[in-house]
Amino acid sequence: MKHSMKVNLQVWRQKNTQAQGNFENYSVETNPDMSFLEMFDVLNEQLIHDGKEPVAFDHDCREGICGMCSMVINGNPHGPKQAITTCQLHMRSFNDGDTIVVEPWRANAFPVIKDLSVNRSSFDRIIASGGFVSVNTGNAVDANNILIPKDIADEAFEAATCIGCGACVSACKNASAMLFVGAKVTQLSLLPQGQAERQSRVVAMVNQMDAEGFGACTNTGACAAECPKGIPLSVISTLNREYTKAKLNGR
Amino acid sequence: MKLESKIPEGPISEKWTKFKSTAPLVNPANKRHLEIIVVGTGLAGASAAASLAEMGYKVSAFCFQDSPRRAHSIAAQGGINAAKNYQNDGDSVFRLFYDTIKGGDYRAREGNVHRLAEVSTSIIDQCVAQGVPFAREYGGTLSNRSFGGTQVQRTFYAAGQTGQQLLLGAYSALERQVGLGNVKMYNRHEMVEVVTIEGKARGIIARNLVTGKLERFFSHAVLLCTGGYGNVFYLSTNAMGSNVTAAWKAHKAGAYFGNPCFTQIHPTCIPVSGHYQSKLTLMSESLRNDGRIWVPKKQNDDRHPNDIPEDERDYYLERRYPAFGNLVPRDIASRAAKERCDAGYGVGPSKMAVYLDFKYNMMQKYGRTEASKHNIENPDDATLLRLGKDVVKEKYGNLFDMYKQITDEDPYEVPMRIYPAVHYTMGGLWVDYNLMTTVPGLYALGEANFSDHGANRLGASALMQGLADGYFVIPLTIGSYLSGEIHTKAIPTSHEAFEAAENRANERIQNFLNIKGTRSVESYHRELGLIMWNKCGMARNEKGLNEAIAEIRALREDFYKNVRVPGTDKEFNPELDKAGRVADFLELGELMCIDALNRNESCGGHFREEFQTEEGEALRDDENYKNVFAWEHTENNKWELHKEELVYENIKIQQRSYK
Repeated sequence: MKHSMKVNLQVWRQKNTQAQGNFENYSVETNPDMSFLEMFDVLNEQLIHDGKEPVAFDHDCREGICGMCSMVINGNPHGPKQAITTCQLHMRSFNDGDTIVVEPWRANAFPVIKDLSVNRSSFDRIIASGGFVSVNTGNAVDANNILIPKDIADEAFEAATCIGCGACVSACKNASAMLFVGAKVTQLSLLPQGQAERQSRVVAMVNQMDAEGFGACTNTGACAAECPKGIPLSVISTLNREYTKAKLNGR
Repeated sequence: MKLESKIPEGPISEKWTKFKSTAPLVNPANKRHLEIIVVGTGLAGASAAASLAEMGYKVSAFCFQDSPRRAHSIAAQGGINAAKNYQNDGDSVFRLFYDTIKGGDYRAREGNVHRLAEVSTSIIDQCVAQGVPFAREYGGTLSNRSFGGTQVQRTFYAAGQTGQQLLLGAYSALERQVGLGNVKMYNRHEMVEVVTIEGKARGIIARNLVTGKLERFFSHAVLLCTGGYGNVFYLSTNAMGSNVTAAWKAHKAGAYFGNPCFTQIHPTCIPVSGHYQSKLTLMSESLRNDGRIWVPKKQNDDRHPNDIPEDERDYYLERRYPAFGNLVPRDIASRAAKERCDAGYGVGPSKMAVYLDFKYNMMQKYGRTEASKHNIENPDDATLLRLGKDVVKEKYGNLFDMYKQITDEDPYEVPMRIYPAVHYTMGGLWVDYNLMTTVPGLYALGEANFSDHGANRLGASALMQGLADGYFVIPLTIGSYLSGEIHTKAIPTSHEAFEAAENRANERIQNFLNIKGTRSVESYHRELGLIMWNKCGMARNEKGLNEAIAEIRALREDFYKNVRVPGTDKEFNPELDKAGRVADFLELGELMCIDALNRNESCGGHFREEFQTEEGEALRDDENYKNVFAWEHTENNKWELHKEELVYENIKIQQRSYK
């Protein structure tokens, strides 16, 4: 077992969506091999033991793939390291005695439910507006009848690895969802299966994105820098290109 | 009640075909009036909800996460099996069927498993049509790899994120139906009661986890697609929220629980590192394609792995099982690792780990191929390693990154340290061929049911089963029941059965809040997990199981006296959610131990130390235990055992051998 360390936390506490929130200070005994969320487990054990309310935070798979965890740590969504989610962040990335500020995702389209938990249903509604291929179960041809060059398949896969966590929105000063929408549009516009709805899809998804109150993109690139899956900024140019083409075609 | 599996008559290869062409149907006009509730939105739930909605049924879907896309199917890494025979290596529906039955140590139904193998090919077609970006070859065809317990390459994959890609495919189909108004989606809702009226499932009570409110929902049929219960062990590869609650409430409402003690312990997980640990992380079975498992030949060897010469390493799987080598099924690989560690050959700080080493294949397999591709004559070791590393990175990059993130060690440079961990539960709600439980109108799909994997599941078969059940089985089998329900009008949720169910749920919640004890829910969960792991884990015996039962009962009693659940039931309160789940685990754990105690044989993942061969392999007792244990909950934590005999007409059962 490695040496123990102590960190000071400033955690955003907010009783519910309507309530006014504020920061609370805590100090936690931890060690370098503990994950950031396990450090929060320790904090919550302590709070429960002291008869106080534990901090509500979202988490589930704790292996960086479900997209549920969502903390802004010292100003960075998912913390200081690149290309990982909060659950994959370990305390070895901090020093003994550090003060760590922890906030929820900040965006109008992601209202706070409680403390560090936010509501991301807006992402589901964007997908429901067009982020799919309309193929009912049973309509498919043999899988190898559709040949897809490896480089195209790989590029589509890269875009498809988006976990829908919302870090891109949280990182953006405009709370734009262009990286999220661009990832899905890129995946499906690259693949032959996505061609039939290529133009209607991009228009519907962008309309829904706007209706949800996400902001516009001003190309600062913070989204791609903070994306735990390394979705490249180029998906936004693809999105813009696809959207323009669809609009020019009168969609 | 007599258990009827309802397997169609006829030769094995014609059962499903015949069923498909003769099953009762519901006409489109009637479908619009029939309501179906789907609980859980993983591979089974999302695919079922989408497919049923496409057919015209009115569907409501529920998940406890903040979005259906987060269900734990998302974390499946390695791949999905299908009998496509794209590799021309002799695969067929029969071979997949045979491998699965044998892999399950002859404790699964022939009829169900053959159907699974038959529909496996359509799953791949459907997923590709949805735009799931599977790995491909340069010519544009789909790529395959091997998984344990097979000698063919039938596993389709998307890097180490196959579950994610398949789930996002099913999720997109589900969201499409949400957008079309055919599915009403309820996020952050947890099912807490099944409502039965005159013996039939007629809806659920779900708790809105944001407001805390108990809500009533009517339906003509209820589908539980709620996954497995591995979290009863506290430490597992399951997500933190994965739980047994929906299945357990169904069990208490009359659904029998099948083979609860059949647990899969996955051989390749990152070892436990400290007492604060909240979960364990899997390193995909696909890594055993290229990773070789070894321990030092000397006990308590503290040398750095890279300093241990080749002839002082014991590649114990290759030594014991030459025919399958590192790709033996999971139960066998796990027990072999435990055996080496218990005998004092374990490595790492805890000595409870073995090495998974990629160096040999990085150099000799991929390095050499790449070198010859690039016309490099007589490459040195450094060149081979460099060339091989790039190939391994492409195949498993995300897994290697994850390993490094967690352990702070670079697996490209040093072998991974791995140890078995709880991963999957073969047991689950007993279902017939239609996937219906013993409660009419109540179905269980995917990991939540007991059906297809016997006593041990083969790798890459869980994704196959979840999607088979959801896309291709339930859309057809549900017609047998719903065709008889076309005259049933929607029952108002003011009905007394809904009232009573809601009251039961509310009483439980008030009880948790009123105990006001001193111990956290988490502390009980940890303690239960330890009992289960030590006494109902990789090896079990009569004495330990009896002790575990007594300990679990005592722990349960203590829970209801001393647990502290903060907050109220009128707000977002994750501690209260957890209390309900742990309370259910505290009952399930006992049933698992009782089940293990009653099965006086070893088979698959169920290893009773009293029943083993001289070489330490599982010793089945086909005379007495070639059957499914289905437990009926009779009253407050009392159960009655029912048995379903398994019939093997197409496969000759024998001692399972991978030597």
